[in-house]
Amino acid sequence: MPEFKRLHCFLCMGQACVSSGAREVRARLAEELAEHGLSDEVVIVETGCAGPCVHGPLLSVWPDEVLYHQVAADDVPKLVVEHFIKGRPYTPCLITEPGGDIIATQRDFAFLQRQHKIVLENCGVIDPERIEEYIARDGYLALGNALTAMTPDQVIDEVKLSGLRGRGGAGFPTGLKWGLLRQSPGPQKYVICNADEGDPGAFMDRSVLEGDPHRVLEAMAIKGYATGADTGYIYCRAEYPLAIRRIEIAVRQAREYGCLGEGLFETDFSFDIELRVGAGAFVCGEETALMQSIEGKRGQPMPRPPFPTQRGLWGCPTSINNVETYANIPWILRHGGAAYAALGTERSKGTKVFALAGNVKNTGLVEVPMGTSLREVVFGIGGGVVDDRPFKAAQTGGPSGGCIPAAHLDAPLDYESLTALGAIVGSGGLIVLDDTSCMVDVARYYMEFCVDESCGKCIPCRAGTRQVYEILTTICEGNATMADLDRLEKLCLLMRDMSLCGLGQTAPNPVLSTLRHFREEYEAHILEQRCPSAVCRKLLTFSINPAKCTGCGVCARNCPVETIHKEDGERRYEVHQDECIKCGMCFDVCNFGAVVKE
Amino acid sequence: MVQSDVMSGKFGIEAALFRTLDEFIATENHSPDSLIEVLHRAQEIFGYLRNDVLAHVASRLHLPLARVYGVATFYHLFHLKPKGKYEIHVCTGTACYVRGADRVIRSLVKELGVNLDETTSDGLFTLCNARCIGSCGLAPAMMIDKDVHGRVDPKKVRRILRNYR
Ligand SMILES: Cc1cc2nc3c(=O)[nH]c(=O)nc-3n(C[C@H](O)[C@H](O)[C@H](O)COP(=O)(O)O)c2cc1C
Repeated sequence: MPEFKRLHCFLCMGQACVSSGAREVRARLAEELAEHGLSDEVVIVETGCAGPCVHGPLLSVWPDEVLYHQVAADDVPKLVVEHFIKGRPYTPCLITEPGGDIIATQRDFAFLQRQHKIVLENCGVIDPERIEEYIARDGYLALGNALTAMTPDQVIDEVKLSGLRGRGGAGFPTGLKWGLLRQSPGPQKYVICNADEGDPGAFMDRSVLEGDPHRVLEAMAIKGYATGADTGYIYCRAEYPLAIRRIEIAVRQAREYGCLGEGLFETDFSFDIELRVGAGAFVCGEETALMQSIEGKRGQPMPRPPFPTQRGLWGCPTSINNVETYANIPWILRHGGAAYAALGTERSKGTKVFALAGNVKNTGLVEVPMGTSLREVVFGIGGGVVDDRPFKAAQTGGPSGGCIPAAHLDAPLDYESLTALGAIVGSGGLIVLDDTSCMVDVARYYMEFCVDESCGKCIPCRAGTRQVYEILTTICEGNATMADLDRLEKLCLLMRDMSLCGLGQTAPNPVLSTLRHFREEYEAHILEQRCPSAVCRKLLTFSINPAKCTGCGVCARNCPVETIHKEDGERRYEVHQDECIKCGMCFDVCNFGAVVKE
Repeated sequence: MVQSDVMSGKFGIEAALFRTLDEFIATENHSPDSLIEVLHRAQEIFGYLRNDVLAHVASRLHLPLARVYGVATFYHLFHLKPKGKYEIHVCTGTACYVRGADRVIRSLVKELGVNLDETTSDGLFTLCNARCIGSCGLAPAMMIDKDVHGRVDPKKVRRILRNYR
C-alpha cells in the first residue's frame, strides 16, 4: 500500500517566522507527533515565506486549510491533541479579525484572499529545499517546453506579448531587453540575476529566493536559451544568509536533476549558474556597479553607453534582470503572454509584489494586479494603520522614491500613475506612515542613507547628497530660512540632472516629493520652529504631566544630564528645561505615559 | 613583498589560519575576480581584516595591495578593526526607523556603555547599525550575529542581552 499521509503541516520558515520562534515550534511539533505515534500520519513541511509576517510563526494544516498564527512552542502539545487527535481546531491560535470574527481557514483570511499570486504562487506552499516539490507544481515545465518546442525568438515574442516590465525599479520592458542581448554579437554572453535588494524596507526578492528559489533558476535558464548565454550569475546581498543557502541547495539539486548543466532536456543547450555574494553596498544594485563587483572590484558605476548588452561582464554582452522579473517568466511561458497581459493596466501588465511595512496592521508580502489602488493595499489587505491612527502617506521606492499622500489613496499602483505623483513603483517597498512621522525627517533619513551609500565617483552625488543632508538638518533643528528652501530645491534639480548613475539622479526624489506634497511641514519648521508631528527633537520640549506622574523616579535615574528633579517634600518630578538635551530618554522609560513631548 | 612564513613569524595557530585561507584561495584558482569571496573568507577566519592579512591576500591573488585595500574599505561588511564576540546590528531600514529604531539604539548605547561602531571593554559586543536586514514585518528589529530579534523595545533589549552574557 502506498504511504498514506493524513495531514500536512505547512510551517512557514521565512525569516520573520524563524525569528518569532518557528524553529522551536518545529522541534516541539516533531516531538509531540512522535509522542502520540502520529509521525507516520502527519507530515511537517517547511515552507518559505507565506506572506503575513506579522502573524508568525504561521502553521497551516492541510487538507483542512486551518490557519494558525503566532504559534508558540508551548501551544504545540495542546494543538496536537485538539486538532490531530480530536479533530477540532485549536482555537487559541486562530486569527481574530478586528470586528471579532474568528478566521478558521486560509480561505477566510482577507489578507490572502484579496491577493493575486503569480510570483508568489509557490511561496508558503512548497518546501523550497526539495526540487521535487517545485517540479510537482509544474516547475521546469516551461524550460523543457521552451527548449524542445520553441525557438529563442518565439520565447522572446511570448515575453514581449506579456508586457512584463522590469521589477528592479526602472520598469524597462523585459522582452525588449532580452531581444537586445540576443542581437548583440559575441561568442560569450552572460545573464545576471540582481538579488541585491538594497532598498531599505523591501523584502520581496528575499522571500522569493527563500520560498521558491528554483523559479529564478528556471527563468535564468530560459533567458539563457532565448538570448544565447550559457552562464548566469546570481548576485545576492550578504545580509540574506538563508536566501544564499537556499540558492546553493537549489543549484545543486537542479544540476543533479539535469535542469542545469550540459545538454539540458536532451538538447545541445547547456547552461549553468554561479552565485556571487555582495559585501554591503547599496550602489552595487546598480547594474554597472554590480558587474564591477562580480569582477571583484569596488562597486562603482560606469557611464552608459556602452550598455551592458553591448559591453558587460568581462567585456561580454550581458543582461541583468531583477529576481521578481525572473519569477514571472515560468508562469508567463506556461500560461502564455496574453494571459499575463490580461492582468493590470494599459501600460503596466501583470502583478506586482509589495513589501508592506511601517505603521500598518498586516505587515508582510502582498501580490496584487498592477493598478490596484493604494487604498485596497493599505486598508483592504493591510487592515489599516496601527492603532487606527490617521494615514498620512505611503512611501514607495525607498531612497529613490517618493510619498503618496492621503489625498491620493485611490491612485492606482502602476508605473505611470506613481510617476505622475512624483513617486515610483520602485522595487516594491511600501512603507505606511501615520501622523507620528515628520516628512522633513523622513526626507532627511533617506538623504543620510544616500550620503553613506554614495560611492564617491561623481561630484554631484558625492558632494550634493552631503549638502542636501546638511540643509535638511538645519531645517529639522529650526535654524533654516526660506532662502535655504530655494537652495535645497535648486541643489536637488542639479543632482538629478548631473549625476552619473541612478543613485545620484534619484536621491533627491524623497526631498522633491515631500516638498511637493508636504511643503507646509517644511514651512512650519522654518517659520515657526515647530515640528507638527513632534519628531524633530531639537524643536521639542519634554515635560512631566503631574496628573499622571506617580513619582517612581525612573525618568530621573535614566536622565543622562540629571536634569529631572523633585523638590523636597514633593511627590512628583519636573524637567528643568535649561539643561535638557532633548534626548527623549525620559519619554522612552516612563511606564505611565506621564512624560509629554510637544 | 612576499615573505616566507618563518620570516613573518607565522607559527602555530597563526600559520594554520593562513593555511586554511590559502586552501580556500586555491579552490578559487588564485583568480583576482574572487577577491570579494576571499576577503569574506579571510574575515571569517581572522575575525577582521588585519593589515598583514590584506597583504597576504594581495600577494596570493597577484593584485596590488592598493586594490585589495580599496575593495576592503569600499564595502560596509568588511572590518579593518577587531570586533567583539557578538556583533549587534540594529536595523535602521525605513520600517524600523518609523517604528523606533532610534529608541533601540539609545537603549543599547546605555546598556552597553558604548557608541555605535564601538566594542565593549569586555570584548563581548560590538554595536553597529545595519541598513536593512529585510525583517520589515517585525520592525523594529536587530540582529545578533545571525539571529534576528523582532519587535524589540528597551525592555526586550535587556532581556535579549542577558542571553548572550
Ligand atoms: C542605486 C541603484 C540601486 C539599485 N538597486 C537594485 C536592486 O537592489 N535590485 C534590483 O533588482 N535592481 C536595482 N537597481 C536597478 C538595476 O540597475 C537594474 O535596472 C535592474 O536590475 C534591471 O532589472 P529589471 O529590468 O528586471 O528591472 C538599482 C539601480 C540603482 C541606480
